[in-house]
Amino acid sequence: MTGTGKGVPAGVALCSETRVPATLRAVLRGFDSAFVLLSGRGATSFGCAMRYAAPTSIEEAVSVLAGDVHAQVYAGATDFIPQLRMGRPEPGVAVDLKRIDRLTGLRREGDSWVIGAATPSARLGEEEDLVAELPGLVEAAALIGSDQIQSRASLGGNLCNASPAADSVPAMVVNNGRAVIAGPAGMRTIPVASVVTGPGSTSLAADEFLVEFVFDRPPPRTADAYLRFIPRTEMDIAVVGAGARLTLDEAGRCREVSVALGAVAPTVVMVPAAAGILVGHPLTDEALKRVAAEASAVCNPIDDKRGTKAYRRQVAGVLAVRALRLAADRAARTGS
Amino acid sequence: MTATATTTDPQPSYKWVGTRPVRHDGLDKVTGRARYGADLNLPGMLIGAVLRSPHAHARILAIDNSAAEAMEGVRAVVTGADFPMLESEMGGSGEEFVDFRDLCRNVMARDKVLYEGHALAAVAATSRREALAALDAIKVDYEVLPHVLDVSLAMAPDAPILHEDMITEGVDPAPDGPSNVADRYVIDRGDIEKGFAEADVIVEREFVTQPVHQGYIEPHAVVADVGEDGKATVFCSSQGHFMVRSFTARLLGWEPSRVKVIPAEIGGGFGGKTTVYVEPVATRLSQKAGRPVKIVMTRDEVFRATGPTSGCKISLKVGATRDGRLTAVSGSMAYQAGAFKGSPASLGCMCAFAPYAIENVFLEGLDVVVNMPKVAAYRAPGAPMASFASETLLDEIAEELGMDPLEFRLRNAAEEGVRSVYGPIFKRIGFKETVEAVRDHPQYSIELGPNQGRGVASGFWFNFGGSSSATVHINEDGSASVLTGSPDIGGSRASMALMAAEELGIDIYDISPIVSDTESVGFTDVTGGSRVTHATGMAVIDACRKVVADLRARAAKVWDVDVSEVEWVDGRAQHVSGDRAPITARDLAADAAGTGGPITASAAVNARGAGAAFSTQVCDVEVDPETGAVKILRYTTAQDAGRAIHPSYVEGQMQGGVAQGIGWALNEEYIFDSGGTMENPGFLDYRMPVASDLPMIDTVIVEVPNPGHPYGVRGVGEVGIVPPMAAVANAIHDATGLRLSELPMSPVKVLEAIGANGG
Repeated sequence: MTGTGKGVPAGVALCSETRVPATLRAVLRGFDSAFVLLSGRGATSFGCAMRYAAPTSIEEAVSVLAGDVHAQVYAGATDFIPQLRMGRPEPGVAVDLKRIDRLTGLRREGDSWVIGAATPSARLGEEEDLVAELPGLVEAAALIGSDQIQSRASLGGNLCNASPAADSVPAMVVNNGRAVIAGPAGMRTIPVASVVTGPGSTSLAADEFLVEFVFDRPPPRTADAYLRFIPRTEMDIAVVGAGARLTLDEAGRCREVSVALGAVAPTVVMVPAAAGILVGHPLTDEALKRVAAEASAVCNPIDDKRGTKAYRRQVAGVLAVRALRLAADRAARTGS
Repeated sequence: MTATATTTDPQPSYKWVGTRPVRHDGLDKVTGRARYGADLNLPGMLIGAVLRSPHAHARILAIDNSAAEAMEGVRAVVTGADFPMLESEMGGSGEEFVDFRDLCRNVMARDKVLYEGHALAAVAATSRREALAALDAIKVDYEVLPHVLDVSLAMAPDAPILHEDMITEGVDPAPDGPSNVADRYVIDRGDIEKGFAEADVIVEREFVTQPVHQGYIEPHAVVADVGEDGKATVFCSSQGHFMVRSFTARLLGWEPSRVKVIPAEIGGGFGGKTTVYVEPVATRLSQKAGRPVKIVMTRDEVFRATGPTSGCKISLKVGATRDGRLTAVSGSMAYQAGAFKGSPASLGCMCAFAPYAIENVFLEGLDVVVNMPKVAAYRAPGAPMASFASETLLDEIAEELGMDPLEFRLRNAAEEGVRSVYGPIFKRIGFKETVEAVRDHPQYSIELGPNQGRGVASGFWFNFGGSSSATVHINEDGSASVLTGSPDIGGSRASMALMAAEELGIDIYDISPIVSDTESVGFTDVTGGSRVTHATGMAVIDACRKVVADLRARAAKVWDVDVSEVEWVDGRAQHVSGDRAPITARDLAADAAGTGGPITASAAVNARGAGAAFSTQVCDVEVDPETGAVKILRYTTAQDAGRAIHPSYVEGQMQGGVAQGIGWALNEEYIFDSGGTMENPGFLDYRMPVASDLPMIDTVIVEVPNPGHPYGVRGVGEVGIVPPMAAVANAIHDATGLRLSELPMSPVKVLEAIGANGG
C-alpha cells in the first residue's frame, strides 16, 4: 500500500468537505442522529474541513488511522453526529468502517457467536438462533434508540462511545464477551469489560479500532437477560441497567451466576457477591433480597438530571433481581 | 377507542356540520409538500443566527461586534442598539397580552441579560457556518449578577432584583421599593371566615409545579425580506400573522402597514407562538444587509429562549360540610413569570374553582419575575397548575367525607345562572353533563388490580371570542374560496369549510379554505383562546349568509320575482311557489357578470359570547412500588364542545390536551444547574410522553350548545389540559395511599414518597 499526499493510502476515498457524499452531507447537516464511534480516540479540530474515508479492509483502515492523528472511526454514527452538532470538534478525517465486511457480519463459529463491531442492532434481532441463545444480549441491543436508529446503531459503537448508561455493555459483560481489536501491531483480543475505562474513554489506542465481538454459545440450562429503567417507555437513556446470566443445574439450583449493572458507576460494575449467595441454591426470595442489597452496595452513582444516587442504588437492586428471575425462567425452559 | 357523543338537544338536521371529511390540507401535510416556517428559500438569502447569554443574570458592560462585522461572509450584525427602546404600553389580544417595553428587551437585551439564552446580538451571513463563527467573534463584557429561579426565593427580602424599577402593582399602599413581584391579583368574595366556620372538613396543602414547555415540533422559523422601498415581507409560522405584523413593526419603530406577513403552515404552537422572537431580528438584519434573511431556531434555542409556562407554588385551603357542600376556599398562588412580568397567575385564581358554586372565596395570585425565559401562553394558560392543586384537594375532601368524587363534584357543580368564582354569571354550560358522562362511562366501573388506582378531575377554561375577518368568493365554476386570517393549528380549515358548506349548501370539497396573508383579508386576532371555530367561524357564517343573500337576489333578478320568493336550498335557488326551475350556484356563478359582477362578500366580527368550556376526566394508573414508575392504564376525557363541527378534530384536541397534561404530570420539567443554565434543552431529557407511554385516550364529546354561536360552538382547544395532573395524582393516591403535591410525579419522586411512607 503506497502512501499518497497527506499520508493517505491509495484506494481510500478521501475528500474535502465539498466532496463528501451527498447522503453524509445531509446527515451531517440535518439529521439528529446517525453514526457511532469505534475507537477511543478523542477528536481535535485543526481548522480545516473534515474529510471522509471509507476503507473496505481492516488493513486500509489501519493505514488511514496511522496516516492521520486526527482521524475518527465510526460505525452507525448515532452518537458521533449528534456530538458534532453539539459542538464536538470535527476530526480531520471521519472514517466509516461499515464497508469492511468483517465488521458488519454476524456468524456462528463452532461454539461461538461472532458479531461484527459495526453490525446494526436490528440485524441481531433477525437472527433467530442468536435470539434463542443470547436473548438478553439481543434485547439490550434492541434498546439502543428508535427503530430508525436500530438500523445504524451497533454493539461496537455503543461500547466505544463509553457512556456509563450504554445498554448493550452489561449484557455483553455477563456473557463474558471478548472484543477483537485491530491496530498497527495486528489483532488483539481483550474482555469487553476492559474496553471502557471511564465516561467517554476506552483502553483502545488512538490508532486502534474494534473489529468484532466473540461470545461463547451457552451451555444447557443457561440464559441471560437485560433490563433497564427509563422514565418513559422508549426513546430514553437508562437510569439503571442490569444484565444477568445464570446456569441452573438439573435441580434448578444456580450453578453459575453473573450480574452486571450499568448507569450506576463510571463503568459497568459486576455484582460478584451474587454468585456467592446464589450458587448451589435456588432463587429464593430471601436470597434475592440479599442479592438486591449487594447490587445496591456496589453502585457508585451520581445525582444528575436523570436520577438521584439513592434512586439508582435502590432500583439497581430491584432490576438485578428482576433480571435474574427472567434469566432463570429462560434457563429453566432451555433445560427442559 | 369508543368515541361517543352525548347531546342535551336533539341534533339539528345539519348536512355537513358534525361530519368527518378528510381535511383539505391533509394530503400536503402527509406527503411533506406543505410549507412550514423553515421551508422557504429565496435567491440571495442570508442565514441569521442569534448570540445568546451564557449567564442567567448579568449586566452587559460592552458589546464589541467589530471583529464579526469584518468577517468574510458576514453581511449584517445587530444588537439592542439597532432597535428602538419602547416605553411601557400594553398590546396583544385574546389570552396573550404583552408590554412592548418588555417585548423589545426580550427580543434583544439592552443593559442586562435576564436569563441564560437571552438574545443580545444577531448576525446575517452567507452560510450558517459563517454566521456561527461570527457569533463567536462578538465580544461581550458581562458583570455576572446573582440570579434567582425559585418562585419563593424570588419573593424573599434578599432576593436578587431583576428590574430595579419594578414596584408591585395591586398592593395598597404601593410598596416603597422594588421587588420581583410584579403584580398581586385578588379574588375576594363572601366571607371566608364564616365559610370555614361552617365547614365540617377542612383540607389544606402546598403544591409545587415546575416550568414546562409547549413542546411544539416545529422550531420558530422566519424569512424576512426588506425591499428597496423599505417594505418588509415576512414569511413565518405563528399563531397569528397579524400579531407578527403589529409586533414586528412596533419593535422596529414602524407602522404595521410597512410589514406584510405571509403565514406558513404551523407545526404546533399550543400558545407558544402568540408572540415574536426572531421575526423582528431577521427583519432588521434584512434591512441592514439588503438581502433576505432566514433564521431558524435550534431545539436548544427553543427551550432556552421561548415560552415555557410558569412553575408555581400554591397553598390552598378548602372547607366543606359533612353533606358535601363546599363552603369556602382560600389560598395563594405564586407563578413564575420568567424574566418579564405577565405570568398567568390571575387566570389560575379564576379557573381553579370555576366549575363549582362557592360563596366564600379568597384567592391571591402573585406574578413573580425570575431568571428564566419569559413565559408564554400554554393551552389554558395558568389553569392547569391551579387545578392540579384545587382538584387534588377536592379529591381529598371527598375521600374524607366518604363520598364518590364525581358525586361530590355534582353536588357543587356550577350551572346556568350561578355566579362564577371569577365574577360573571354563567350562561348555559355543560359542566354537570361532563361529570355524568364520566360517571356513566364503562371505564369508571372497571375493576382495578393490585397497585392500580383510579382518579378523576375536572377543569374549566373561559374560551375567547375576539376579532376575525372572512371573505367568501364564489368562483366561476360555482365552487367557493373561504379566506380567513386564522392560522390552521388544529384543523380549522376543515371546520371553516364545514360551516361554509352548511351555509352555502355546496359540497365540502367544492370549498377551498384558505389562510390568507395580512394584505388579503381583514385583521384577525391570534389563533388562541380556543377562539377560531367560534369567532372566525362566525365571520365565515356571516360572509356566507351575505353571499347567499346576493345569490338569492340574483336569482330573483333572473326570474323577475321578489327576492322574498327565492329560497336557498342545497346550493340552489328555489322559487317558493315552485314554478321556476331551480338555479344552481354554478349557473349563477357562470353568469355572474350578467347579474351584477363577481359574487363575493366579506364579514368581520368582534365575537362575544364564547361559551365556557368544561372537561371531566378519569385516569387509571398502575404504580410499580419498587421503581416508582407510573403507567397510565386507561384514560377517558369528557368535554363540552357545544357543537362539534368536525368531531375528529374535537377528539384530537381533547386527546392532545390530555397527552400534554400527562407529560406535565409525570416527567416534564425545566432542570437548571446552579448557574441557572438549563440542563435538559432537548427532547431526550425534557421528557414529553412518547406514543408508547400513553393508552388510547377515550373521548366523550358532550354537546350543550353555546347560545353565543349560531351552531352552538364552544372552543375545544384548551380545557383538555386542565384536569390531567390532578386526575393522575388522584389515581396515584388511590393506588398507593400517597398524596403527591409536587410535579412532576417522576419515578424518583414517587419512589421517595413510597420510601418515606415506609413502603
